[in-house]
Amino acid sequence: MKLVINGLSFSYNSIAALKDVELELGLNEVLSIVGPNGSGKTTLLKCIDRILKPNQGAVLIDGRDAANIGLDELAKIIGYVPQSSTSTFPYTVFDVVLMGRKPYIRWSVSERDKEIIAEILKFLGISELAARYFNELSGGEQQKVIVARALAQQPQILLLDEPTSNLDIKHQLEVLSIIKGLTQSRQLSVIMAMHDLNLASRFSDKMAMLKHGCIFAVGTPKSVLTEENIESVYGVKSHVTNSVLDRPQVTPIAPIATGVENSEESK
Amino acid sequence: MNTTEVKRLYTEAKARKVLAILSIFVVLLIAVVISISLGAGSPRFAEAMQVIFSKLFPFLEIDPGSKITQVIILDIRLPRIVLAIMAGAGLAVSGATLQGVLRNPLVSPFILGISSAAGFGAALAIALGVGILMPFKGYLEVFNAFIFSVIAVFMVYGIARIRGITPESVILAGVAINYIFSAMLALIQYIAPEHTAVRAVVYWLLGRLSNANWETILLILPIVLVATVLMMRHSWDMNVMSLGEEVAISLGVNSRRVLAICMALGALATASIISFTGVIGFICLVSPHIARMMIGSDHRFLLPCSIVLGALLLLCSDTFARLVIMPSEIPVGILTSLIGVPFFVYLLLSRRRLFWH
Repeated sequence: MKLVINGLSFSYNSIAALKDVELELGLNEVLSIVGPNGSGKTTLLKCIDRILKPNQGAVLIDGRDAANIGLDELAKIIGYVPQSSTSTFPYTVFDVVLMGRKPYIRWSVSERDKEIIAEILKFLGISELAARYFNELSGGEQQKVIVARALAQQPQILLLDEPTSNLDIKHQLEVLSIIKGLTQSRQLSVIMAMHDLNLASRFSDKMAMLKHGCIFAVGTPKSVLTEENIESVYGVKSHVTNSVLDRPQVTPIAPIATGVENSEESK
Repeated sequence: MNTTEVKRLYTEAKARKVLAILSIFVVLLIAVVISISLGAGSPRFAEAMQVIFSKLFPFLEIDPGSKITQVIILDIRLPRIVLAIMAGAGLAVSGATLQGVLRNPLVSPFILGISSAAGFGAALAIALGVGILMPFKGYLEVFNAFIFSVIAVFMVYGIARIRGITPESVILAGVAINYIFSAMLALIQYIAPEHTAVRAVVYWLLGRLSNANWETILLILPIVLVATVLMMRHSWDMNVMSLGEEVAISLGVNSRRVLAICMALGALATASIISFTGVIGFICLVSPHIARMMIGSDHRFLLPCSIVLGALLLLCSDTFARLVIMPSEIPVGILTSLIGVPFFVYLLLSRRRLFWH
């Protein structure tokens, strides 16, 4: 499905978090949203999935305004993976993934629901965890379970908020490869908020760089990850090279002294 | 593990849960039979069964026994047993629901201020003879208790909705309202003209089922039944809400709406029960916990399991309450904790896993 974000603005009380954001996500694309802390990455994802209601602008899914799609129908189109997930009460991995079938289930769980979940667990290589308790798993395992839960919704668009933030390098590569693989094997487009610029660079078709709630740059990783952009968005001097995988590789060198802002604050 | 095994694992887990619920239900039936055979007055098991079967199957023409036996069984013991089952079930399912929608294992419907408001209303009637519905003389404290519980819940809702109906805002508003009504209850006890009135208020607060009769049951049953069915319809929503509000929304569940609805239903069931019985606590807090330890957190099974456990727990407590110091009795509100806590602690210590986080 094609997703178009049109002039989207959002503010928490009166503090603007997103200003006039324009973005497009094509079919089977992986789009990474990068930017410093507080630049609006998570807010943008939540606005797309109607967890937060934008003040202005619209999210169009195949031309339909998401505001006019019911929550339960939207749940069949968009899957959302939050930055961290905990459950107050203990559930087995199977039960957690089964919750992803909520938009389709009225009361009883059909044979097809079970089939879909068993397939997804197998696809993510976590079948062995099915009967384990979610809260007792490691961070990497939990992340895969949550991705599985979102996939059980059979969405056409998957939103992930920092899917790799708590993972070791092996789990980072595994999770991102799975996601990348999904866009190639199924009808799935992905938007993910990322902190790690090099992982974003490696796994994205397209990148958007946010600064203070505005899109600062958007395009291919090569066009977005430039030394100039990183300096003005992150305030960090960096060295960008071409990696062995033919993707831009960012080596941060040093933060630029932001003397003006600091002296203003100290007044 | 292949996909067939994964599916089988789930099917087996489900079968175990259903079996556990059915087993507790069977134990409950046994408890009913035992309870109806015991108590002040002569009728024992054989006479009790004779009366019951003669009424259940009149075409068999069984001799129902003497008039006094019939009265003891049908108008004293049976309504009390039915009230115990209904109250236990209603309190337990409200507790499980409130814990589910508030995502907090430490809450019960009493967090909404119901118990202290009901106590205040009843005290107003008992100690000062003041009632909102004056014409209903016999049920003055019942109506008072119910009406003030409803007022308390509306106050909680009104305060909580200012910042959005979230578990945090509901719990904080509930704590505040609880304190207000507790203070007013204490004030009535302090200024009550007679010591006997204070004693009557304390007795009401302890909770008892000794005033059970069929009228009461026919009045509460429809409310509790409808509220229970409606709460159970939200089982899936409660499951999804355990993962947090954002995930719930992304799965198509408007968690604030579900919270408001379930809060109202749980409060309604609880208020209508305790307005008659007085404050029987503990059942609504602990039954869901015991159920969770036995069959896990899936609310589709947790709610029915809490229902049978709550009914069993209150029936056992009440049977003890009327037997321990025969012909007098202990208020059941005291016994629910004395009987429930050892069982609860046993389960807590015998399990390796923590049942909430």
